[in-house]
Amino acid sequence: MSQQEILAELAQIVNEIAGVPAGDVTLDKSFVDDLDVDSLSMVEIATAAEDKFGVRIPDEDLKDLKTVGDAVSFIEKAGVAA
Amino acid sequence: MRAVAPLRQSRIAGLGEHRPAGRLTNDDLAARGLDTTDEWIRTRTGIVSRHVAASDETVVSMGIDAAAKALAASGLTGADVDLVILATCTMRNAIPGGAARVATGIGARGAGAFDVNAACGGFCYALSVASDAVRTGNAQRVVVVGSEKLTDWLDWSDRGTCILFGDGAAAAVVTTADEPGIGPVAWGSDGEAYASVGVPEGDWAVRMDGPAVFRWATTQLAPVARRACELAGVDLADIRAFVPHQANARIIDALVRALRLPEHVAVARDIATTGNTSAASVPLALSALAGSGAVEPGGLTLLLAFGAGLTYAGQVVRIP
Repeated sequence: MSQQEILAELAQIVNEIAGVPAGDVTLDKSFVDDLDVDSLSMVEIATAAEDKFGVRIPDEDLKDLKTVGDAVSFIEKAGVAA
Repeated sequence: MRAVAPLRQSRIAGLGEHRPAGRLTNDDLAARGLDTTDEWIRTRTGIVSRHVAASDETVVSMGIDAAAKALAASGLTGADVDLVILATCTMRNAIPGGAARVATGIGARGAGAFDVNAACGGFCYALSVASDAVRTGNAQRVVVVGSEKLTDWLDWSDRGTCILFGDGAAAAVVTTADEPGIGPVAWGSDGEAYASVGVPEGDWAVRMDGPAVFRWATTQLAPVARRACELAGVDLADIRAFVPHQANARIIDALVRALRLPEHVAVARDIATTGNTSAASVPLALSALAGSGAVEPGGLTLLLAFGAGLTYAGQVVRIP
């Protein structure tokens, strides 16, 4: 899956869970500061992303995923490893 | 030894509750100097206010009041009771437990009495034990109480925990029945994650890793609810009401989504004005739902309790 495809799927998830317009979910955006996603929605996004991409996003890694770009690269790497 | 007699059926005959008069709103918490806002707490927890017990209200005294009301609702008195089970995790002292004093307080002289500590999961564990005691004939009428004074165990400067919890008690009277009124329990635990919520060793207040507990609750518990229905031989579509532990409105929302509960199912949302009352939460929410008239008496109701330990338990009951 390409970076663009991961981003598109992730944007869909963020939209469904946090109500953020999918078009606003771009690589440079911070989940908390720019998209107003709170910690509990981040957990729901992570579990939905786990199902969608077939990866594991442990709590300790989730805390480091500050931007959409962080999440996309994490999923990219975890997907390659898996 | 004589063989055990054939199993009987059990049911919840009546409910009673004790909500302390003291009430603390989100704005009250912010006014106390806690770095939070009403909006922050509402959007993340669904809580607007919680009850706080007075200094002379204890786990035992609240439990006695709730139990006495449950007996009255069942048309019984303390003299009819032969077993009292108190689900709690907030007694000030570990020894003795509080159940014997609850039994004495309701006039159940000489009744069997013991405490159950499965934290927020406690009520469904205690209800299962009570049901089995009645079904086997070990007891005729059992009072099951969930009573908690969480505010004794809160650090009012820890905004990740003190906003969540409240005090209160509720009780159910379990008796024999002609038809099944309490289904088999689906229960379990995960001791590996024990540190995610509780009072850490050497500490005095409840601490919690919120996101970790949230993830557990929103991903691991829907199968437990489904299993409780399977054990009872009940289809999820036949459930009239769902009473999950009132820990966080967003956990309740996630469970409702994961279970794909139809619109007509009444979902207990006592949390808004009660907060998380641990072992008292499921019976308080059940009592509120029964009192609201949203579910007709006898309606199939799915209970699901879960919390520190980690522990979880659920069963299908008929609402009295």
